[in-house]
Amino acid sequence: MTDFPATKRHQKTDAKTIPAMARRKRSVGSVFSWAVFVFGVLYFALPLIGMIEFSLRKRRGTYSFDAYTSVLNDSQFQATFTYSVVMSLVTILLGMILVLPAALWVRIRLPRMRPVIEFITLLPLVIPVIVIAFGYLRMFNTSSLLPMTGSVTGTNILLAFGYATLALPYMYRAIDNGLRTLDVQTLTEAAQILGAGWFTILFRIMLPNVFTALLSGAFLTFSIVLGEYVFAALLDRPAFGPYMIWTGGNRAYEPAALAVIAFTITWGCMGLIQLAGRLFPHTRAQR
Amino acid sequence: MPAARGTIITKTATNWIGVIPFLAFTAIFLLLPTVNIVLGAFRGPDGGFTFDTLMKLFEPRLANSFWLSIRVSLFSAALGAGLGFLVAASVIHGGLPAWVRAPMVTFSGVAANFAGVPLAFAFIATLGRLGLVTVLLKDWFGINIYAMGFNLISFWGLVFVYLYFQMSLMILIITPALEGLRREWREAAESLGATGLQYWRMVAIPVLLPSLLGTFALLFANSFGAIATAQALTGSSQSLITVQLFAQIRGDVLQDPNLGYAIAFGMIVITAVANTIYIVLRTRAEKWQK
Repeated sequence: MTDFPATKRHQKTDAKTIPAMARRKRSVGSVFSWAVFVFGVLYFALPLIGMIEFSLRKRRGTYSFDAYTSVLNDSQFQATFTYSVVMSLVTILLGMILVLPAALWVRIRLPRMRPVIEFITLLPLVIPVIVIAFGYLRMFNTSSLLPMTGSVTGTNILLAFGYATLALPYMYRAIDNGLRTLDVQTLTEAAQILGAGWFTILFRIMLPNVFTALLSGAFLTFSIVLGEYVFAALLDRPAFGPYMIWTGGNRAYEPAALAVIAFTITWGCMGLIQLAGRLFPHTRAQR
Repeated sequence: MPAARGTIITKTATNWIGVIPFLAFTAIFLLLPTVNIVLGAFRGPDGGFTFDTLMKLFEPRLANSFWLSIRVSLFSAALGAGLGFLVAASVIHGGLPAWVRAPMVTFSGVAANFAGVPLAFAFIATLGRLGLVTVLLKDWFGINIYAMGFNLISFWGLVFVYLYFQMSLMILIITPALEGLRREWREAAESLGATGLQYWRMVAIPVLLPSLLGTFALLFANSFGAIATAQALTGSSQSLITVQLFAQIRGDVLQDPNLGYAIAFGMIVITAVANTIYIVLRTRAEKWQK
């Protein structure tokens, strides 16, 4: 409180003594800032406007939703889109089952393993996706010890595993951030005293408490897996990513419509992450 | 005695049981496939140890592809980092209304994930031969950008498209660092008579330098491993190293299967170096953000 008048006085003298030249320089800086900002808005907005406009051009001479009806009625679209949605859900579930116990154990039992686990979760960002996919084709082909690519089910499982690998960095970061806000040690001990087993602790105590954090990891994973191309193409599975590439080579206006749909989904996922954070901000405090 | 030993065993077991599925999964589906590729790069057609396979990376066709990928990544990372920094700095310290910040960060989060195939489609619809901007420039101003030599399906076209996710990733990462610049530093500089430009050149940029360079390395790795956007935009006319490897895996092009291993190994080395630079510089940058 004591230095409040001092600051005020300082501001007053400051405003009076700023020379006109310096003030003009400030406004030059401000004009530059606005110019940069407008450039940024144009660069980011024009491709979005362009793709929306293009997607409406299918009928000659007038705007229509023809490209969208054509896409939505395409049985290939329905099949690949459903396939990728199911794959995303499986990936989210798998990622959760792998990462939640590991992140929890690192906090309560094995703090010295933290650097190792964190390093592993960063690897999928370091090793290019195409290299991991290549490794899968070499290690799990029909003449290997674990011939997963030999059957359709096996390949589907392998693809889900690949996606779970890609999702590791995001899942781990999300869950670890969630656990950070909890007193994990006390919660675990309290649960154990009340006779809870590890399964109960994991899925009935930790899971609800990190639910918001988990949702943000889940939506991010969803938007990544939905449009993923390399893994699906190399494992030769009928996913949404390869379908989009195929459409790009064979149709004129439908690709733009697909881009609009994909962008809306990405936008929706990011919106839901923020919404989840706002809807359940204090899951812990309510108990 | 047996009882005591039993508790020790159960104790070790419960100590590890939570991380074992994770470790087993990542060992089989992340580490082993990668190690397998790396070892393959040092093996000849007969299975023996050799450097010959790796030496083939220096043959013109592959070396050119690597060089093309490196140049696309360098230019898109440098421009993305530079322009993204300018946009973020303008919004945060350039006297723009404060309400612009939150939407900018949210939008960058979306745009950084709006990569791959749909991004290529959006740019084709905008700057392709029949794209919105191409057509409007011709109709309104009589400017035919394609007659002037512009081509979306070219090196610079690719860099221009990559900027979309590169710039947004830069904005996303550099915003917290920019917000960490203390007002006192600027005030101190100004009361010593520094102009705005001098403040940025002699105070802000040196403080931010580790963040800037670190993010540049991250952006480099980010575009180096990318393939879907290039595939959708240019087909295989720009033979990036990822596109080459993709074709090799599909079995279209090269006869020597070990060559695929060598390409993959080269890619791992490059992205690993870029990421190591990023991690080292990020730790250094955090010093100023306390």
